[in-house]
Amino acid sequence: MGATYWWMLAGMAIVTYLPRMVPLTFLDGKELPPIVSGVLSNIPYAVLGALIFPAIIFVQKGNILFGIIGAATAFLIAFLGGGVMSVVLGTIGILAVYGLFM
Amino acid sequence: MNNQFNSGLKSGLSIAIGYFPIALTFGLLAKTTGLSLIEATAMSIFVYAGASQYIALSLINFGVDPITIVINTFIVNIRHFLMTASLNEKMHRAPKWIKSIYAFGITDESFSVLATRKEEKITTSFAFGVTLIAYGSWVIFTAVGYVIGANLPDFLQIAMSIALYAMFIGLLVPAMKGNRKVVMLAALAAAIHCIIYFGELLSTGWAILVSTLGSAILVEIIYSRREKSKESHYNEKEGN
Repeated sequence: MGATYWWMLAGMAIVTYLPRMVPLTFLDGKELPPIVSGVLSNIPYAVLGALIFPAIIFVQKGNILFGIIGAATAFLIAFLGGGVMSVVLGTIGILAVYGLFM
Repeated sequence: MNNQFNSGLKSGLSIAIGYFPIALTFGLLAKTTGLSLIEATAMSIFVYAGASQYIALSLINFGVDPITIVINTFIVNIRHFLMTASLNEKMHRAPKWIKSIYAFGITDESFSVLATRKEEKITTSFAFGVTLIAYGSWVIFTAVGYVIGANLPDFLQIAMSIALYAMFIGLLVPAMKGNRKVVMLAALAAAIHCIIYFGELLSTGWAILVSTLGSAILVEIIYSRREKSKESHYNEKEGN
């Protein structure tokens, strides 16, 4: 691919880094209006909802059941009080068993 | 200080495990796309963004021009503006140059781990621990994937594709318990994203941005109105 590739890589690196860096450094120590900081503190939970659904259902193309079983297992383990690690490993375990028998 | 860094490493371990299969697959795909080992690993080192890297591979495959690929990368990553602005409220203050270092390590996953911590404020060392272990896993397993290929058995590789989503659920559910606002935020964002997805209204990058922001703003408006009506109710009673 040669030089073009490396120019593209530089461009990708810059446009990926800026959205990560600019708010963290330029907003540091600034007092935001309460409604704005209220909205910002809502972001983590909203973003998790948007990241999980609907993508989790379509994790394996053409096999919706896989995603549904995975989602149900993860929610169940988490709801029963399992930590993040047991949710991750437990869900992989269940889906591995499902994969072996399908 | 050191302690904080170590507990950051520990909290980041679930991300490192989640990245393992994805980075491995990325390395393998990069090889089949025709990149060299150095080119593939360099993308993971300098760009460090899972979704954009996968998209870049498929665009390279289609022979799309580099400028379009860069623009696409930006659109996919715009959502990080929102995340880091939100995270900034929760981070200990630190010199700009230090923050600009760990800012590089903020991904969907490290953001989620940091932002859902119960502490009021997060230390810089903790953030370095979380981001470093995740980044290390991403870079190393990209190269490993390229070299050894997908030698894990198929059923295991497929099962591991759920890892990151399982992690997101593991972070979300404890916060949902006994907190209606969190349930509403996640459910509403998921619902908006589903509508956009099935209606084919926006590409994924924009879709996540719009559904997150839409939910965060709507729920905030609902709650601040509620607070106000509670207050005025209270004041009326006081008046009597």
